[in-house]
Amino acid sequence: MANQIYPAIVDGILGGGVYALMAVGLTLIFGVLDIINVAQGILVVVGAYLSYVLSVHLHIDLFAGLLITVPAMFVLGVVIHTTVIRPLRGSERTAMSLLACFAVAIILEGALYWIFGPDVVSLSASYVQSSFKVAGFYISYIYVYCFVLAVILVAAIYLLLYRSRFGRAVRATMQDPVAARLVGININRVAALTFGIGVAVTAAGGMAFGATSGGFSPNSGYDLISRLLAIVILGGLGSIGGALAASVFMITLESVVGIWSPNWAIVVFYAALVLVLTIHPSGLFGRAAVRAQ
Amino acid sequence: MTPSAVRPAARRQPRLSGRTALAVSGLLAVAAAAVVFPLAFPNPLATTYGFDTLIFIAAASAWNIFSGYSGYLCLGQAVFFGTGIYTVAIGARDWQLTGDAVFGLLPLAGVVAAAIAVPLGLVALRVRRHTFVVITIAFFFIFQLMAFNFAFTGGTSGIVAPILNWAGATYNNPFYYGALLLAAATIAVSWLIRRSRFGLHLRAIRDDEDRARGLGVRAMRVKMAAFVVSAFITGLAGGLWYYFIAAVQPRSAFDPLFDLSLALMGFFGGLGTVLGPALGALILEPAQLWLTVQFTNDYLSQILFGALFLVVILFLPRGVLPTASERITAWRAAHRDRRAPVSPAPPAPAPPPPAPHAPAPDEGFVP
Repeated sequence: MANQIYPAIVDGILGGGVYALMAVGLTLIFGVLDIINVAQGILVVVGAYLSYVLSVHLHIDLFAGLLITVPAMFVLGVVIHTTVIRPLRGSERTAMSLLACFAVAIILEGALYWIFGPDVVSLSASYVQSSFKVAGFYISYIYVYCFVLAVILVAAIYLLLYRSRFGRAVRATMQDPVAARLVGININRVAALTFGIGVAVTAAGGMAFGATSGGFSPNSGYDLISRLLAIVILGGLGSIGGALAASVFMITLESVVGIWSPNWAIVVFYAALVLVLTIHPSGLFGRAAVRAQ
Repeated sequence: MTPSAVRPAARRQPRLSGRTALAVSGLLAVAAAAVVFPLAFPNPLATTYGFDTLIFIAAASAWNIFSGYSGYLCLGQAVFFGTGIYTVAIGARDWQLTGDAVFGLLPLAGVVAAAIAVPLGLVALRVRRHTFVVITIAFFFIFQLMAFNFAFTGGTSGIVAPILNWAGATYNNPFYYGALLLAAATIAVSWLIRRSRFGLHLRAIRDDEDRARGLGVRAMRVKMAAFVVSAFITGLAGGLWYYFIAAVQPRSAFDPLFDLSLALMGFFGGLGTVLGPALGALILEPAQLWLTVQFTNDYLSQILFGALFLVVILFLPRGVLPTASERITAWRAAHRDRRAPVSPAPPAPAPPPPAPHAPAPDEGFVP
C-alpha cells in the first residue's frame, strides 16, 4: 500500500499547485469585488483551448504560448468586468453578480462548443508524455513543470500584493472599500485590474490543466468550478494563504482516496468541505466577517 | 411591510377591492385558458410544451418560497428534483409497479425530497450569502456523483420507467392536468405563506437576519421550514416529470441548467413576489424551447439563452412584476394629480420616474 500512497501524495501536491493558481484568482476576485466568479471554471477551459490553438495550429510551445494567452485572458477579464460586473448595483448585487457570471459561463461554454465541438482534446508536447524515476516511482515532467510555473506565478501575485503600491491599494480595498476611496484609491480601477489578474491566471491554469488532466472539453468547466469553489470556501473566502493550503490538501486527499476508488474520490472531496463547514462555518482560514455579512 | 404602511392602503377600501377583483378575474381568465389549452391545441408537441412550462412554474414558485422570500439563493434545487425522480423510479422498479399504480408513489417523491432537505438544511443554513450558494452547488454535485456511482440508481445508464398503456392522442393530457394542479397548488401555497406570519418572518430574515433574530424570529426553524416545503414541491414535480419523460439518467435528473433556469425565472419575473417566478417560467420556458427548435444548432441557442440571461440581469434587475407595478403606481399617481380639483397653483409636478432599483444604503461603493 505504501508504494501507492507516496506517489499519490506527490501527485496530489503537484496537482494541488496547479489548482492553487486557479483558486488564487478566484479568491482574489472575491476579496476585492465581493463577488464569486463562477465563470472561473469555464475561463480555465478557454485558457486551455487558447493554448491548444497556439500549439496545434501555430506550433508554439505550450509555455512560450503563455506570453500570448496570459495578456489575452487579462484583457478578456477586464472586458467582462467593465461590461457585465461593473454596471450591477443595488441591494441584490451579490446574487445578481453571481448570476451574471453564470450567464457569462453559459455563453462561453456555448461558444466553445460551437467552435471546437464536444470532443475531448488534450495538449501535447514532448515533455507531456515523458517521465522520470525518483525513489522507485515515476513522475511526469509536465507535472513538475506546471508545479514550478504555479509556484512562480503565485509568488509573483504575492509580491504584487505585498510589495507594490498597487498591491497596497488592492489590500486596502479588500479591508474597507469606503475608507480606501477616502484616501484616494480609484477602487473601480483596482477592481477592474484585479478581475483582469484573476482571469489572467486562468490562462496559465488552463494550460496546466489541459496538459495534466489527460483531456478536456467545453463541459470540463462545471467540474473545475465546483472543485475551485470547494477549495476557496474551505480555505476561507478572500484568504490567499487559505486557498493555497486548501488546494494542496483537497487534491492530495482526492488523489489518496483515488487509490481505493477513483469514482468516490471526488465525493470525499465535497464531503470534506461539508464536514469542515459544519464544524467551522467560515472555512479553515476565513475571516469571521465573511460569515457575519 | 410595516404596519404603518398597511394602514393608509386599508382605508381606501373600495379601490383596493376593485383592484383585487381585477386581479382575481385576471387570474381566473389565465386559469381557464390553462384548463382549455389541451382541448384547443391537442397537438402532442403543444401539450408537451405546456407540461414543461407548468412543471417549471411549480418548480420556480417552490424555489421562490425558500430563496425568494428568505433571500438565501439556492442553486442546488435540482437535488430535490432529482431525488423525486429517483424515488419514484427506484420505487416503481423494485416494487414492480405497473400501469396507473405507479402514480401512487408520487407523494413519496415529495416526502423523500423533504426528508433529504432536513440534513442538508442543518449544514447549509448555518452559513450565509456566497458560502450558502456554494454549499448548495456542492450538494448538487455530490448528488449527481452519487447517482452516477451507486448501483441502485442504475449508474450512468439510469432507469427506464414502466410503460403506461394510454392512448397516444390523449397521452399527454393527464400529465398536463397533473402539472397544472401542482402549479396552481404551489402558487396558492406561496400566496398563503407570503401573507402569513411565517412569510413575514422569512422576509424579515431576508432584510436583516440578525435584527430579525433580535426581534424574536426563530431564524433557523423558519428557514428550515421554508426549505423543506420548497423541497417537497420540487420532489413532487420531479416524480411527475419522470413518468412523462419515462427514463432518467444522472445528468438529466441532476442538471445544472435546471438550477440556473429556476433562478433566472425567479429574477426575471420578480424575486419574492407570489406570481413573478410563475410569470418568468411562463415566458422563459416556452422561449427556450422555441429557441432550441428554431436554431437546430444547440450551441447557438445556449449562447442566446445566456445572452438573454445577461440582458435580464443588466436591464431588469428587479424583475418584470415589481418594475411594472411601480410604473403603474407612478402612472396612477400622475393621473390622479392631473384630475384632482387643483388649487390655482401650477399643476403638481409629476412624481419622479421610479428608480430602476432601490438604492442600497451603502451604495457609495460599487466596483
